[in-house]
Amino acid sequence: MKALPTKAAATVIVLFARAVTAVRAVWPEGGLPSRPCVYYANHSSHGDFVLVWTVLPPRLRHRARPVAGAEYWLKSWLNRFIGRDVFNAVLIARDRDKRTEDPVTQMASAIDAGSSLILFPEGTRNQSDARLLPFKSGIFHLAMARPDVDLVPVWISNLNRVMPKGEIVPIPLICTVTFGSALQIAPGEDKDVFLERMQAALLALSPNIVGGGE
Amino acid sequence: MSGANSDLMTLVAGIFGVLIVASVIGYILQQRLSPNGSNAAVENLNARIKAWWVMVILIGIAFIAGRIGVLILFGFCSFAALREFVTLINTRRADHWALAAAFFVVVPIQYFLLWAEQYGIFSIFIPVYAFLLMPIISVLRGDTERFLVRIAEVQWALMICVFCASHVPALLTLKIPGYEGRNVLLIAFLVIVVQLSDVLQYVWGKLLGRTKIAPRLSPSKTVEGFVGGIISATLIGTGLWWITPFAPLQAGLLALVITLMGFFGGLVMSAIKRDRGVKDWGNLIEGHGGLIDRLDSVVFSAPIFFHLTRYWWSL
Repeated sequence: MKALPTKAAATVIVLFARAVTAVRAVWPEGGLPSRPCVYYANHSSHGDFVLVWTVLPPRLRHRARPVAGAEYWLKSWLNRFIGRDVFNAVLIARDRDKRTEDPVTQMASAIDAGSSLILFPEGTRNQSDARLLPFKSGIFHLAMARPDVDLVPVWISNLNRVMPKGEIVPIPLICTVTFGSALQIAPGEDKDVFLERMQAALLALSPNIVGGGE
Repeated sequence: MSGANSDLMTLVAGIFGVLIVASVIGYILQQRLSPNGSNAAVENLNARIKAWWVMVILIGIAFIAGRIGVLILFGFCSFAALREFVTLINTRRADHWALAAAFFVVVPIQYFLLWAEQYGIFSIFIPVYAFLLMPIISVLRGDTERFLVRIAEVQWALMICVFCASHVPALLTLKIPGYEGRNVLLIAFLVIVVQLSDVLQYVWGKLLGRTKIAPRLSPSKTVEGFVGGIISATLIGTGLWWITPFAPLQAGLLALVITLMGFFGGLVMSAIKRDRGVKDWGNLIEGHGGLIDRLDSVVFSAPIFFHLTRYWWSL
């Protein structure tokens, strides 16, 4: 059972996210997988995982854990409180040399323990003009380690316009979070083929750009 | 004052009666034609009726809460409408502060001015001050890419969602001799006539509609729906003269102006949606699309209704 302050903080964050973005979810035909799965999404803002978390139905939300960089989310007291306590993030060390744990092992054991993951396979926030950065290989190694896990593509649109990098005041804009049908790794699938397939499935969810034609 | 209250109660009873009848019809249609939710038109109708209940109850609560309640309700409507509008326009990083100012400075000031009943500054704050200051905020970032398009779209968003929309609660500030304390009924008159006109155009169109009136803008609108809707809503407006300061004929003429402005407002807003490649402005209200989808006609008729009433009837 979570402590009261973290529950209260989670409620405040969800309400704030809804007030600013009026976020709406679009679900796939067959609904979301009911067993633990990996939601993998495009990444352009620190608020991305908050939006995914906000729209998930409560029973799925409670076990969803964002995968995030330990450096950022352990930086200050507030980051630690939000990242680790409120959202129970799986914190992985970006810097290979300073790692004490293997990120793939960390993620796999979270799934084994009954959690779902919210993962950003681009590895970093996308500040470029490209709609998606090339995926890092982590999601491939995770899929190899747990080949029967469902991988659900999630496209988050507009949040980068709400709060572009370096701005401190969010602009209220309507955001949409679109969930796709779950994928799985095929037996013996090549890494590049797999990553290409995952990226294509995610891009297929991105709407035609309206407004914000940057 | 007691006259206003009893008129309001009569009106509320009437609206609830209409909604109850509509709900019963919707329920019967659903049982007959769409027992498992397969008939899209019936499902859409029922979603609309449900949303109507919510809207009527919200407006009712705002009326009970008085002037502050109405101002807060429309302030939030402006905020949500602006959010829908800005979502669809061209913005760049350089507009960030101008947009933040639109939401967090312009909207509160416009409604504060209404609260303070400062009509002089209220009526020019957005057309003059925001018009000049917003592009200045944008230009300071030095990004000239599509500059004119960007600043024009932000100004249009403010005019429609904030300036025009705020003329609905502005009706409360009118000082009409012999009508003291009853201004809230002017809002009821405007909203009822406009919204019924929308509904009746839809109903007449479904019943008799053959000739499309604006096939490229709004394929569902028909000449028959337009004529039937405007005439019947104008007649209803005439019949509501007793809640207004107008004589029956005057109420009818104003209702005609309101419904025509509402119709053409709907066309203009449809054209913008087509241009932006979307079907609805948003999805705030189930069955109604976004807030602007429901407010478009009110927004176009409110300022005209306000000014005609102010010019001919107000002190």
